[in-house]
Amino acid sequence: MNSTHLTKKQQKQLDKARRKSMKGVKIKHKSKFAKALTKGRSNRSVKGSLTLLACLFVFSLIMLFPVVFLVSNAFKPINELFIFPPKLFVIQPTLDNFADLFDLLSDSLIPFSRYLFNTLFIVLAGSVGHILISSMAAFPLAKFRFPGSKLLSNIVTLSLMFTAAVTAVPNYIIMSKLGFVDTYWSIILPAFSMSLGLFLMKNFMEQVPDALIDAAQIDGSTYFTMLWRIVMPAVKPAWITLFIVSFQTLWGNTAGNFIYTENMKPLPAMLTQIASSGVARAGVVSATSLIMFIVPVVVFIISQSNVLETMSTSGIKE
Amino acid sequence: MSAWDFRRQEIIRSRQLYAMIAPYFLLFTAFTVIPVLVSIVYSFTQFNVLQPAKFIGLENYTRLFLDDPVFLKAIQNTLIMAIIIGPIGYMMSFIMAWLLNELPAKLRTLLTVIFYAPSISGNAYVVFRQLFSGDSYGFVNAQLLKMGLIYKPILWLADEKYMMAIVIFVSLWMSLGVGFLSFIAGLQGVDKSQYEAAEVDGVKNRWQELWFITLPNMRPQLMFGAVMSVTNALAVADVTVALTGFPSPNYATHTIINHLNDYGIIRMEMGYASAIAVLLFFSMLFINRFVQKVLRKVGT
Repeated sequence: MNSTHLTKKQQKQLDKARRKSMKGVKIKHKSKFAKALTKGRSNRSVKGSLTLLACLFVFSLIMLFPVVFLVSNAFKPINELFIFPPKLFVIQPTLDNFADLFDLLSDSLIPFSRYLFNTLFIVLAGSVGHILISSMAAFPLAKFRFPGSKLLSNIVTLSLMFTAAVTAVPNYIIMSKLGFVDTYWSIILPAFSMSLGLFLMKNFMEQVPDALIDAAQIDGSTYFTMLWRIVMPAVKPAWITLFIVSFQTLWGNTAGNFIYTENMKPLPAMLTQIASSGVARAGVVSATSLIMFIVPVVVFIISQSNVLETMSTSGIKE
Repeated sequence: MSAWDFRRQEIIRSRQLYAMIAPYFLLFTAFTVIPVLVSIVYSFTQFNVLQPAKFIGLENYTRLFLDDPVFLKAIQNTLIMAIIIGPIGYMMSFIMAWLLNELPAKLRTLLTVIFYAPSISGNAYVVFRQLFSGDSYGFVNAQLLKMGLIYKPILWLADEKYMMAIVIFVSLWMSLGVGFLSFIAGLQGVDKSQYEAAEVDGVKNRWQELWFITLPNMRPQLMFGAVMSVTNALAVADVTVALTGFPSPNYATHTIINHLNDYGIIRMEMGYASAIAVLLFFSMLFINRFVQKVLRKVGT
């Protein structure tokens, strides 16, 4: 039978049958697009990859939404902040809110620069001290066995398991006994001994090849020189991570319970004061939130590759 | 030479090492170990800082459970939050890290920053005060009003029906923290050749691949992430104060740490506050230990 003599109906039936017979046959050669989606692995389906990507996309939107709202609000003029219905995106972006914030700050008794200095001092002194002191402790625990080393490592891991809030009350009493209340030390000293930092640093140092350390030991260098000359340069990602972690903790610290003298208070303390002052300053509050938000995020963006390298060794081993 | 002599020699030989760890552990003792011990001691006393502490035995503990309905409410709230935020936040961190792992490097970095940002942003969660504001200028209210789903604005942050859900939602938004980064880094570190071998060995789909190869390889990171999740889930406090106020209406979102701060910082009843801290301390350790035991079974 010649196909040219088929009626339209017959042609349709034939096509259907052909398609049916094709269904069971797997297509061996995936398109370039499909290959990228399944990483070229036969045990992955394109459909599955697309579904998961769609989930990821929806999740990203949910995560991003409050951030967009926060950023957009900071640039909204006051009439847009109180418009009905409120818009997600700003229509006429303005820097007025930031200008108002700086006006407000320059009017206050204590100049803005003083609060900024306090925060920078606390963050920098706290972070540098944290890195130095944790590295000095991490090196012996990671690379040598001595009486008590195992016990101390376990105590540090254990202390990851509860929050600072648990020790906050006696901490105040201890600070006042030591005479550190109302000084920068009350914030900086506890930051030196944050256990997450020591934990991450110790795990990362365990990866430094023993051969390097053995060689130095034969040369007769002291442990401290070994740490300083050989180990520290090899663990750069780890100390950048420790800097980020302590930066994030200290940056948002209002020092509320520990520092009373106004000209020693850090920036967040004064920004929360502004933020709590009501509707009239809605624009200033939004600008403030953006500043508080953006600084740690930018610091993280700059350092993220180092942080992720450190985190690859962050596991708790049994 | 006796065992003790040997040990003593070992200690003397390691004196340089002890000198190196001394600064850290001196501070760690002063600001972590001693506070925990001091809390335990104070929890058996009545102490208001001004007068010397007075030993009262277990009275603080009996008062907590028998005579303080707000504390029982706080336990209930904390458990509800922890049971939802802990596991969901943990799984969310892992699943998102797992999905990101398939993406090209640039896109992966971008999404990592977006997901991680809320947890490091200090107090960016105050933006939810504007989103869930109780008047018609609040974003959520305005949208619902416009769509005609509601006829008058809802007091999201003062109505007991919604407060808990919103606090949980915001906490989940902030739950992709250090544990999430650890997962991302851990996934990158899994040896690629194992996946190829598994494909040949007949691992049928990505779920089998996840269970038989990825998860067992990630066990140390899973443990670390779990510690971070459990601790965070039990420590919700700042978010409730910022969103629903302190104390929250009818104590609807009052947590154990809110209660601890109330007595320790505002009322200066240090003995009572210490009892709360001690209970919280031991429950955090206990739950963490339990979760670790469960996680040892992953992929086996």
